[in-house]
Amino acid sequence: MIDLLFGPFVEFGFMRRALVGCLALSLSAPPVGVFLMLRRMSLMSDAMSHAILPGAAVGFLVAGLSLPAMTLGGLAAGLAVALMAGLVTRSTVIKEDASLAAFYLISLAGGVLLVSLRGSQIDLLHILFGTVLALDDPALWLLGGIATVTLFGLAAIYRPLVMECVDPLFLRTVSRAGAPVHYAFLGLVVMNLVGGFQALGTLLAVGLMLLPAIAARFWAADLSGMIPVSVLIAMLSSVIGLSVSYQADVPTGPAIVLAAGGLYLVSMMVGRRGGLVYRLVRARHLEA
Amino acid sequence: MSADLPGAIALHGLTLGYDRHPAVHHLDGIIPPGALLALVGPNGAGKSTLLKGIVGEIPCLEGRIARPGLDDAIAYLPQAAEIDRSFPLSVLDLVAMGLWRRLGPWRSTRRHRATLLEALAAVGLAGFEKRLIGTLSGGQFQRALFARLIVQEARVLLLDEPFTGVDGRTTADLLALVRTWHGQGRTIVAALHDLGQVRSHFPQTLLLAREAVAWGPTDRVLTAPNLARAQSLSEAWDEDAAVCGRHEEAGPAHGHAHAHDAAHPHSHDHGAAHDRDPVHGQKPAPGPKSAHDHGHAA
Repeated sequence: MIDLLFGPFVEFGFMRRALVGCLALSLSAPPVGVFLMLRRMSLMSDAMSHAILPGAAVGFLVAGLSLPAMTLGGLAAGLAVALMAGLVTRSTVIKEDASLAAFYLISLAGGVLLVSLRGSQIDLLHILFGTVLALDDPALWLLGGIATVTLFGLAAIYRPLVMECVDPLFLRTVSRAGAPVHYAFLGLVVMNLVGGFQALGTLLAVGLMLLPAIAARFWAADLSGMIPVSVLIAMLSSVIGLSVSYQADVPTGPAIVLAAGGLYLVSMMVGRRGGLVYRLVRARHLEA
Repeated sequence: MSADLPGAIALHGLTLGYDRHPAVHHLDGIIPPGALLALVGPNGAGKSTLLKGIVGEIPCLEGRIARPGLDDAIAYLPQAAEIDRSFPLSVLDLVAMGLWRRLGPWRSTRRHRATLLEALAAVGLAGFEKRLIGTLSGGQFQRALFARLIVQEARVLLLDEPFTGVDGRTTADLLALVRTWHGQGRTIVAALHDLGQVRSHFPQTLLLAREAVAWGPTDRVLTAPNLARAQSLSEAWDEDAAVCGRHEEAGPAHGHAHAHDAAHPHSHDHGAAHDRDPVHGQKPAPGPKSAHDHGHAA
């Protein structure tokens, strides 16, 4: 069993690299996902992941399959969409989800158009499904850097971010930090999606961000529990997904996300906090 | 206006509203430091809007609010419905938010734990610190918000319908807390509906129906004719779609309208009456208003 799970990593360098990359992503993306889930912005990250596409496509058109170019392009496009959606939300009557939907659709259509201008089918598949088994040194540095910046960034804005989630009005009356914190958080979301898109592709980049976060909700009551649990679940998904992908010779991105999906389903069934089993087998109520 | 008292909140020809529709219309007056003021009026009278305006949550459509020396000293309790109670946050963490002005985003709350527990005990929530806010009842949650107010140690407290949906005992406890704050010289403005409560606990009242119907000692404000007038004024709300004539002649931040409420009682007839009445805008300002003559009870 152990051998089946860890054998490929012992044996092959590219599997180890993939594992390191995925573990770095597992460290940074799920905590961001926890906040997204609690702010009821889960689907927003999905939209954002599509918004990245045209930037990556421009990078690809300019420099070919080059990591820095596609990363910078993706970051720029993602941040632009997040900023514009945020501006529209804060200055018009449109709610955040609607303005984001508008901008990401524009962005996605532009991206598909750009890719089809020059790329072949294979290039598009690379962008859509990632290249986790071909992570080179710069890609690993990027994922490690993103994880570092994300963890320190989240720690720095943790308190105002929680306040902005629970009681934005209160935060506005005591401080002007609300808007900068909101944009900083969106920046972290975009960074992690760009990181995820190196490993998992744009379509599945949100997989390691959201599924572990949502699964963690079934195990922990508050943030201090949810965040570590979500990281653990993401790491477990990475290991399982990579092994399965190697043993069964299936694409890695979907395998990792499916592993996270499986862990989510298990959590939903047997999780201590509101899992299905605990709902069905109702313990007798207490005296007070 | 040069005579703005430090610690006082002065409203100068204040118009607040949404989408050009005034919810508070040409309001003048001063809330002196240490006041215990009840804000009374029918639904839609602009009570919440006025509080939001004072705290800076919505911009003035016209006129201005002077609150010298108070920019960082105002605590605001909105109606509880605006808070996401499904967020997994402990009661202690909620109360600790009140420390923000002292601690900012990074400094640890650990050394202030005693302060937080004391505040919880003061509102009768001792032992609740680890509970998640989603597990509290409505009244308990309101108590927790009052604990946060205690921790804020603000000089001015704006309370928006703080006792709505709260049982008698809790209300009595919280009112006692309000009286303690008053005794400490803090300024308190509370939007309230229970007139009995106002009569027995609040020495000053502003009866609002978009404009001030009356402002002064509670027993002289809460009279049957005043209340009836407030009711009829607020009912004229939606019909007032025309551009207000008082806007056009008066510059912003210009205390032009001090005298007209007294001099022109018909200005309270709503509907589109005042846009046909050019006199208001041209009325010269009679000069700074003292803290004492804001009760222009009719």
